[in-house]
Amino acid sequence: MTQRVAQRPWSEADAAEIIAGHKDLPGAMLPMLHALQEAFGYIDGAAIPLVAEALNVSKAEVHGVIGFYHDFRTALPGRHVLKLCRAEACQSMGCDALVAHVERGLRVKLGETTEDGAVTLEAVYCLGNCALSPAAMLDGKLYGRVSPAKADALVERARSRP
Amino acid sequence: MRWSSARGADHDGKPGVTVKIYIPGDAASLSVGAEEVERAMAREIAVRKLDATIVRNGSRGLFWLEPLVEVETPKGRVAYGPVEAEDVPGLLDAGMLDGKGHRLSLGLTEQIPFLKRQTRLTFARCGVTDPLSLDDYRAHGGWRGLERALALAPQAIVEEVVASGLRGRGGAGFPTGIKWRTVLGAVSEQKYIVCNADEGDSGTYADRMLMEGDPFVLIEGMAIAGIAVGATKGFIYVRSEYPHAFRTLGRAIRIARLNGWLGARVAGSGKAFDLEVRLGAGAYICGEETSLLESLEGKRGQIRPKPPLPALKGLFGQPTVVNNVLSLATVPIILDKGATFYRDFGMGRSRGTLPIQLAGNIKQGGLVEVAFGLTLRQAIEEFGGGTASGRPIRAVQVGGPLGAYFPQELLDTPLDYEAFAAQRGLLGHGGVVVFDDTVDLAHQARFAMEFCAIESCGKCTPCRIGSTRGVETIDRIVAGTERAKNLAVLEDLCDLMLDASLCALGGLTPYPVLSALKHFPEDFHKPAPRLAPAAE
Repeated sequence: MTQRVAQRPWSEADAAEIIAGHKDLPGAMLPMLHALQEAFGYIDGAAIPLVAEALNVSKAEVHGVIGFYHDFRTALPGRHVLKLCRAEACQSMGCDALVAHVERGLRVKLGETTEDGAVTLEAVYCLGNCALSPAAMLDGKLYGRVSPAKADALVERARSRP
Repeated sequence: MRWSSARGADHDGKPGVTVKIYIPGDAASLSVGAEEVERAMAREIAVRKLDATIVRNGSRGLFWLEPLVEVETPKGRVAYGPVEAEDVPGLLDAGMLDGKGHRLSLGLTEQIPFLKRQTRLTFARCGVTDPLSLDDYRAHGGWRGLERALALAPQAIVEEVVASGLRGRGGAGFPTGIKWRTVLGAVSEQKYIVCNADEGDSGTYADRMLMEGDPFVLIEGMAIAGIAVGATKGFIYVRSEYPHAFRTLGRAIRIARLNGWLGARVAGSGKAFDLEVRLGAGAYICGEETSLLESLEGKRGQIRPKPPLPALKGLFGQPTVVNNVLSLATVPIILDKGATFYRDFGMGRSRGTLPIQLAGNIKQGGLVEVAFGLTLRQAIEEFGGGTASGRPIRAVQVGGPLGAYFPQELLDTPLDYEAFAAQRGLLGHGGVVVFDDTVDLAHQARFAMEFCAIESCGKCTPCRIGSTRGVETIDRIVAGTERAKNLAVLEDLCDLMLDASLCALGGLTPYPVLSALKHFPEDFHKPAPRLAPAAE
């Protein structure tokens, strides 16, 4: 869900506790992976054998699920994650130019993190805010009618926060 | 009575009822500052010692007017918008609490033409009530459908839905009642109701609005479905791009359970039904029902070949109803008012109402729930007011990233499943994305292929490989490399994807591409950009 990231450093003991708390859910894999990512900001490679064992599946299957979904990360992102919508409704309102503007300002491409580790910039395909395009999401919060100036202000505010 | 000294006297002076101020808590409203407006309003209420209370309602779906603030007056609710936090003191000074005029005044909410001309059945309460108030829900007709369902035999509930003519609002338009009939007829210890809330089509937001603005109606619809087909457990699969809807549903489910609307004895009956909300993880394909089921089971969201139908072998191999949010949320009113009431709206085989979502480059973007049959042009011009940029409309994409691009000449197509299919388009989930004359359809066709390549689940070759070859071929056409030959290759590739893909992603990606080729051929024949040739 990409809320604020890096809540606490990776810990095998904490991970084991999270896994134990989710393993009895029907179809537990996604809720478990979400919980791990919410706790640590990403899914550490060391969590994979733990998840596999708890769910009685192979490590390859866990890898496969993590790799399939765009949300799951295997490395810590920047302190803030800015997602810019690149889908059609936002295209009709100039999101391609917005993406280029933000990329220039942050000196990164979509999918990359700024050098100071402050912001990870990502593409997203539809945030359900299509009547208020272009749309963006910063640390899980939705924004609409995002002009280049508004995007700059969002980035500025995020940078000033830890 | 605690009116401010400044304006207390001009109110009728009698100890009054606390005035209700409505400020939406919908994610889209919040995205343009509703939270700041709410804070400013709360501050002013405290400072001026006003006898007023703030209700966080859903959105009315008039997004160009968000944040839309309403005040309850003896004449009805009066609207102001779009309101910014700085406007709040001025609004109160002008007598907003008595519904008085102001530069942002829109008059009585129900009289705003965009809203007045609609038939809100599925969205009857959305934006009107506090989404998490059971009292509001009950006071506005909630639970009546479920109560009637509990008095009926399962077959009778299913037949009521069949008779209503309700078709799946997710996009495919399959009759909901027929699906239910199949699940009812299946013999199994455990059956499931799965709500597909993976609303991934660009240009659509109706599911999100409803889940945030009236979550109990979805819960009620799912409970009715469960009782009808004999399922005791339901899942709502919400896409992760909708964190706000996910949280709202979680709260609504807890409230419903605590008050006996879910659980071992639904509404005091002998029937059990409970619900869980699950989060997707960013995969467009999980809006396809079999991928969604795989994902719910904790696997990669790869599609399953059909048959077997999910109705017979669905979640965890059990008979499963998989319905879109809007289909399920429309069931309560059908049960409450009867199949005939609902069926009397609409045209041809498309019965009832369609929540159209106006999006993209549109002046008045928002939700338009009307009977099937309104034309695309009426929706865009009469409701939408034309483009936001003020430039002429050049293309309209209906039905999400798999929908065709319609030119001006096709705008008189009625919004109806069959009418759209006849034009090689699809109505899908009712999203309407407007583009002005700056759009380049070759670019849009390339994006359709690119999107398919990004989101393909990889199960079948036409979709997995074809989409990437499609991007490359369009790049060659745009670059001016052997245009005639590559155009023929592209058409051939589209035919293959249409015929040989396992599901709608690969199978319908050619729609936007072919429609761009057919209606906007000039965009594929522009002089090639004078750039270094792309590496072959």
